[in-house]
Amino acid sequence: MSEWVRICPLGEIPRLGSRVVQTGKGDVAVFRNSSDEVFALRDQCPHKGGPLSQGIVFDRKVTCPLHGLTVQLDSGEAVAPDSGCTHRYRARVDKGEVYLNLS
Amino acid sequence: MTTTKKTRLVVIGNGMAGMRTLEELFKLAPDLYDITVFGAEPHGNYNRILLSPVLAGEMTIKDIMLNDVDWYAQNGITLHLNKAVTRIDRVRRKVIADDGTEADYDRLLLATGSNPVMLPVPGKDLPGVVSYRDIKDTDEMIEAASRYRHAVVIGGGLLGLEAANGLKLRGMDVTVVHLMPWLMERQLDRTAAGLLQQSLEAKGLKFLLEKQTAELIAGESGRICAIRFKDGETLPADLVVMAVGIRPDTGLAEAAGLHCDRGVVVNDTMQTYDPRIYAVGECVSHRGITYGLVAPLFEQAKVCANHLAQFGISRYTGSVTSTKLKVTGIDLFSAGDFTGVEGAEEIVLSDPAGGVYKKLVIKDGKIAGSVLYGDTVDGAWYFQLLRDGQNIRELRDRLLFGQSHLGNAGHQGQNKAASMPDEMEVCGCNGVCKGTIVKAIKEKGLFTLNDVRKHTKASASCGSCTGLVEQILASTLGGAYAPTPAEKPVCGCTEHTHAEVRKSIRQHKLLTIPEVMRFMEWGTPDGCADCRPALNYYLISTWPHEAKDDPRSRHINERVHSNIQKLGDYSVVPRMWGGVTSPEQLRRIADVADKYHIPAMKITGGQRIALAGVKKEDLPKVWADLDMPSGYAYGKSLRSVKTCVGNAFCRFGTQDTLGMGIGLEKAFWGMWAPHKVKLGISGCPRNCSEAAIKDIGVIGVESGWEIYVAGNGGTKTEIAQFFVKVKTQEEVMEYAGAFLELYRQEGYYLERTAQWLQRVGLDYAKCNVVDDAKNRGVLYRQLLGALAARKDPWQERTREGFEKQEFKILEILDEVPS
Ligand code: SRM
Ligand SMILES: Cc1cc2nc3c(=O)[nH]c(=O)nc-3n(C[C@H](O)[C@H](O)[C@H](O)COP(=O)(O)OP(=O)(O)OC[C@H]3O[C@@H](n4cnc5c(N)ncnc54)[C@H](O)[C@@H]3O)c2cc1C
Ligand code: SF4
Ligand code: FES
Repeated sequence: MSEWVRICPLGEIPRLGSRVVQTGKGDVAVFRNSSDEVFALRDQCPHKGGPLSQGIVFDRKVTCPLHGLTVQLDSGEAVAPDSGCTHRYRARVDKGEVYLNLS
Repeated sequence: MTTTKKTRLVVIGNGMAGMRTLEELFKLAPDLYDITVFGAEPHGNYNRILLSPVLAGEMTIKDIMLNDVDWYAQNGITLHLNKAVTRIDRVRRKVIADDGTEADYDRLLLATGSNPVMLPVPGKDLPGVVSYRDIKDTDEMIEAASRYRHAVVIGGGLLGLEAANGLKLRGMDVTVVHLMPWLMERQLDRTAAGLLQQSLEAKGLKFLLEKQTAELIAGESGRICAIRFKDGETLPADLVVMAVGIRPDTGLAEAAGLHCDRGVVVNDTMQTYDPRIYAVGECVSHRGITYGLVAPLFEQAKVCANHLAQFGISRYTGSVTSTKLKVTGIDLFSAGDFTGVEGAEEIVLSDPAGGVYKKLVIKDGKIAGSVLYGDTVDGAWYFQLLRDGQNIRELRDRLLFGQSHLGNAGHQGQNKAASMPDEMEVCGCNGVCKGTIVKAIKEKGLFTLNDVRKHTKASASCGSCTGLVEQILASTLGGAYAPTPAEKPVCGCTEHTHAEVRKSIRQHKLLTIPEVMRFMEWGTPDGCADCRPALNYYLISTWPHEAKDDPRSRHINERVHSNIQKLGDYSVVPRMWGGVTSPEQLRRIADVADKYHIPAMKITGGQRIALAGVKKEDLPKVWADLDMPSGYAYGKSLRSVKTCVGNAFCRFGTQDTLGMGIGLEKAFWGMWAPHKVKLGISGCPRNCSEAAIKDIGVIGVESGWEIYVAGNGGTKTEIAQFFVKVKTQEEVMEYAGAFLELYRQEGYYLERTAQWLQRVGLDYAKCNVVDDAKNRGVLYRQLLGALAARKDPWQERTREGFEKQEFKILEILDEVPS
């Protein structure tokens, strides 16, 4: 069973920025990077649950606003020397619209 | 022969003491003599002390040359290298070298140093058995380290340990053999030596104490292969370094009939029993003492030069010496007498687990000796007290905690240089005190560490005071100082430092972050969370109306103009001009708190009210209902302006502090800076607004206002420094504004005014703002210009809908069948 859902037009997420989506599975952070790739992570830092959606985005990474842990957007893994992992959801852009797969 | 012929001075020994004497002589009487120098080694004059870092691979021979052969030529000296003088003919007043070279003298200077003692054991002349004295020995050890494995160093003194450490770093398996029950027994007591031994063992060195060498054994090749001890035990050894002591080199002097007793005997003017012959350095015996460290030799050199120059006014009366071990990573300092001083008491701080040991030996209320291990910062201070014979009874209970505990505790360590008295000795080797360095920097216009080394000799010998000299440079020169070690790059994305980035942005008029990254060849596509906020700040502060602020390169606090809290909620702190509020305002705040179920309200340390725990989506509504400007309690920007009631109400108040505070706050709100900026305005020196720990502190007095700058009440307390005294509010605005603009334009991101001023120096800021009225005007107008287009960020978001998407949560629009 596929669970792709439509979120918003790509233009509503700023480049190197993010938006938060409320879902049945909690808040999901959707990121857009400088090459217009989109990524989705559970909006909770593996460190102390900080909202990753509020962090600074670069390359395929985001730095948590609370204590600076950096998470890989394409895997949800913390970047060394930190460790930890947050759940990653699939995300894609189709005809200018952003879709998430929450399965 | 003509009558204009100069007096002839011949120097035997091209080492540290001899050449220092010539340097001192040139300062006093550059043209007095026709000089000839004989040196048994094939090198110019080098810094023997630094053979240890050369052996350890931390320096090269090139780095340690003091005077190369050009120096001799430039000073008209006839130099005979690689020629040992074998005879002094005192009757015909000439010296003769091993190759037959002769030189006539009117004055002769003996500076032959000393020879390493070789234990008289069988096998002492085998290949692979070396001493540690000169470049040749060092080369031989480096060579052996590349080919052989087992090294044995005989002697656990300063020299032996430095040799052992170097050989270990070059990959050898090293054992130190020592006759005594503990290491460096002449400088250390047993406890400190134990700590030292542990640290060296942790570096991989091995020790055999109370062991006496009986014999050195040759292998099949004829090279040393083992060492045997008195107790019969043997140890493999492909290299044996004998570091068991030195013996003054007096052979030549004795043969010439000069009175010797251990060393060549000299009087207080460094003259031997033959008045034409002087002697300095390790070969000398003065008042029954021979020295083996450079500090006393340099003092001797100075006295000797004074007499050679025919000034005849100075005397050498002996030296108190101190020792440091030059093994990287080990801090050890020892000075004076510390064992068996009669009638002495000891103060000891011993924390073996923490690796710290300090001992002071006190006699008759004065320091007689000190041993410091692990924490040696106060070594220079104790040494000074020791040499000055200062009575320490008053200081006694705090003495071991160090000099910084005497004054204002909590100040930054880096301030040490600035607060040192001028007479305090900085460089122990060369006896250079702070005042001399500062004077040289100012008068000779010195800018670099190397300049200072050349002109004052400070830090030119063992180098352990380098850090302090750099601090003195920084505090004396301020902004003009270019530190030698490259400053750190902004972050891992680039090689460039903050200074370089700032410079390029200005010089090449870069206006966007991608432009900077392209121009400066950033190593990553979008930078990172460290460099982007810095670049954003540099751009908007350098090109206020042209560079556009990038919200995506701001930390969340500055992006949404509130402070993120631990649960992901935000705090809201509205501006209350000068800390002044009204019933109406307080009512509104209370209503907002009720309406949005804000969990906590608090009076902040900045004289205003925080609403804590606000949901992000509620922020715009909260701001709109409050209808107050943002207090910027989240920003690297102007924060609070704290005031006291001043002459409006206070019985001591001299000035209108409320008017002043509100005036400054209204003028400078919305000002971005490298870090946060806080102001305090007090109406008299009682200072109820804590102006003394603010970035700008303004204190009213009967005759006007005193302005203080670069205080900090945060992580490291810094007392603000007096900047200028002025009369009117307009002047306060202009001086404060110009100071802040200078900081804005030149500070590095995340540097508060205190650190910035420490880096550039108070004088630098004064030159730019106080002394130069024109520049002050320019800076002030630049600040006002930059602030001209500011908008209150809360209003921008509530009334103009700026960055609307930040505060809206998305919902799922529809499900998509696959
Ligand atoms: C709210 C307040 C505490 C309070 O309840 O009183 C506060 C709260 C925070 N301070 Fe502070 N500081 C507050 C007054 C101070 C003061 C006192 C003052 O301003 O008179 C100081 C020392 C004075 C000074 O800055 O020189 C102070 C020194 C710091 C520091 C250390 C700065 C430094 O240079 O060492 C930090 C950390 C930093 O900025 O990097 C900090 C950082 C913080 C942060 C922003 C932590 C953070 O980065 O998220 C706190 C936000 C908490 C929150 O939930 O909003 N806070 N902080 C005060 C707000 C004052 C205001 O109205 O603007
Ligand atoms: C490895 C090492 C590390 C050291 N570390 C420190 C330290 O950290 N701190 C410190 O204060 N001290 C240290 N010292 C000691 C310091 O180097 C000496 O005290 C200093 O060099 C002595 O100076 P000098 O001029 O008396 O003798 P030298 O520097 O030895 O100079 C004497 C010179 O005279 C030459 N000479 C001798 N006889 C004749 C002759 N007949 N004809 C021509 N030339 C002759 C010798 O070849 C030599 O070049 C260290 C020494 C060594 C070897
Ligand atoms: S600073 Fe002086 S005038 Fe102001 S309140 Fe304090 S004591 Fe009163
Ligand atoms: S919660 Fe993200 S770094 Fe601490």
